[in-house]
Amino acid sequence: MAPMAQQPLRLLDPSGRLDEEAASGLDLKDQDLVELYRLMMLVRRADLEATALQRQGELAVYPPLLGQEAAQVGSAFALEPDDFIFPSYRELGAAVVRGIDLIDYLSFYRGTWHGGTYDPLEEKFGMVSVPIASQILHAVGYGLGAKLDGSTSVSLAYFGDGATSEGDFHEGCNFAAVFQVPVVLFCQNNGWAISVPLSKQTIAPIYRKAEAYGIEGVQVDGNDVLAVYLATKQAVDRARATSRPTLIEAVTYRRGPHSTADDAGRYQSKEEIAHWEALDPIDRLGSFLRIKELLSEEVVSEISSASDELAAHMRGGVVGADPPDTADLFRWVFEEKTPHLLRQEREMLEEIQGSDG
Amino acid sequence: MAAALNSALRDCLRTDDRVLVLGEDIGKLGGVFRITEKLQEEFGSERVFDTPLAESGILGVSLGLALYGYRPVCEIQFDGFVYPAFNQIVSHVAKHRYRSRGRAGVPLVVRIPFAGGIGAAEHHSESPETYFAHTAGLKVVVPSSPLDAYDLLTQAIQDPDPVIFFEPKSRYWSKESGDLGKGSLPIGKARVVRRGDACTLITYGAMVTRCLETAAAAQEDGVEVEVVDLRSLVPFDLETVSASVQKTKRAVVVHEAPLTLGFGAEVVAQVSEEVFSVLEAPIVRVTGYDTPYPPAKVEQYYVPSVDRILGAIERVLTY
Repeated sequence: MAPMAQQPLRLLDPSGRLDEEAASGLDLKDQDLVELYRLMMLVRRADLEATALQRQGELAVYPPLLGQEAAQVGSAFALEPDDFIFPSYRELGAAVVRGIDLIDYLSFYRGTWHGGTYDPLEEKFGMVSVPIASQILHAVGYGLGAKLDGSTSVSLAYFGDGATSEGDFHEGCNFAAVFQVPVVLFCQNNGWAISVPLSKQTIAPIYRKAEAYGIEGVQVDGNDVLAVYLATKQAVDRARATSRPTLIEAVTYRRGPHSTADDAGRYQSKEEIAHWEALDPIDRLGSFLRIKELLSEEVVSEISSASDELAAHMRGGVVGADPPDTADLFRWVFEEKTPHLLRQEREMLEEIQGSDG
Repeated sequence: MAAALNSALRDCLRTDDRVLVLGEDIGKLGGVFRITEKLQEEFGSERVFDTPLAESGILGVSLGLALYGYRPVCEIQFDGFVYPAFNQIVSHVAKHRYRSRGRAGVPLVVRIPFAGGIGAAEHHSESPETYFAHTAGLKVVVPSSPLDAYDLLTQAIQDPDPVIFFEPKSRYWSKESGDLGKGSLPIGKARVVRRGDACTLITYGAMVTRCLETAAAAQEDGVEVEVVDLRSLVPFDLETVSASVQKTKRAVVVHEAPLTLGFGAEVVAQVSEEVFSVLEAPIVRVTGYDTPYPPAKVEQYYVPSVDRILGAIERVLTY
């Protein structure tokens, strides 16, 4: 294998200055740069709105992604519409890039439906997957399917640093390598698996684990959206052209709790949060865009009203949304209901009618 | 039966391009039981391929393949090796249609050689069917004869839902004359394999043969025993089983899996509820014991024997 390039890959320094040499492979036009900024702003607003909805009792739970906007937006932006995304449960940002209606996405967190209510095949965006690392294998299988079919689609799996301790991560890396699957294994190393820090998960850098499987491993500054985009684009292009898989480690930080049910104050220090606030991914790209004079007042105001609109859309759709039809409980266990299920369904419906009457 | 299963796989690979066969040692070797013999040679290593030795990986990757549009048939080498894949099966495979509101079912088949009686080492003789029958969204199928094995595997591969397909390994070498593919009984239907009026033996897998042997022995004593082969645990054919017990008024459930919460417990509960008023005796179970599957040298005391089943028949006849 080629010697590892200098890690982590970084194109923008925290003050927004571009490393021209490192950025030489970047294929983004000015309008793309603005779009990345716009998407990150929308994601942040949507994320805060979702947290607010949970606090008001409209969502059962919500896992915020504050601080991880660049990692999600930069990576999802590098994909074509036909590429399949396999998220874990903190990928609202990737869902926004994919254009999924967030009301459908959040129906998972409202307790309306386990997989969300969007169409995973239509959107090419897998259902929210909670069992840690399990979705990595689905991405590998899907990518293998695309390869066997001679398709140019690739797949991408999102997972966290904690997932790298699970067997499915290792099996996924190994299957991807052995079958040379066009897949991108995208780790958002946000420093924490609920309360357990990275140092208690692994003592080896995550991206270097790739070497043991014989695949490319890249570490990228996860708060630098341009670096994340470039690393992912290169991995996607490589997968499409040569079917070779890549493990990307985006080093970022979860500036909020694991979920709204968590109390991060018990394990995250104020100093650490402050450190990462200074490395905010949106501020960083914003500074760069200002240097390049791409953030006109008009653009800023459009983003602001689009954010308001998105938040209002979420609130309007989520607040008071109807629970699912009771018949849905039995509707999709199998393609056809078995006699056994029909009997149980009848009992339930009689019970409901009885209590209504 | 091994040859019938091999034919079912071959015919499905021939008629449906979406069918893939994968697992450990299933390529060149043809599987440790030779069920996939020569399939790789005929269909190539893109459709019939060995995987790394990782059962969770096999299931998770199969799910991804099914999502893409393939129909994976994966082999878990032995019953006792399915546990690493349990999370993928229970948390994802079983629930995928449900979670996606019917939009993304994952039609795939998990073939598992199961149960004992062949003098195998530890982890090679277990009967884990209850774990899967307990999980909503999985069909659980167990053939007992070569011709039925062909039909059930073909149907399982064509089924729109995931099927856990248990192959009774002590029956792999069993022979049966007849034409493949002539059976018409679908998954979800039980079969009365011997008629009788004194008592119904309800069973599946390798124990079907054991129950038929028992019925022949009982006949020598003038007792006509009916034998019902469940074929599929999920869906469970309560109708056929109940009709038989309605007639005989007595029943014994036989399986190799342990007693407590074994599938027999469910059979007893459902059948009792259905035909309680006609029962002349409680339904009893003859099963493996609530011990780990024992070493080969003593497994004959664990697996239900003709004598144990005869004893149970006597209990229900003399209750």
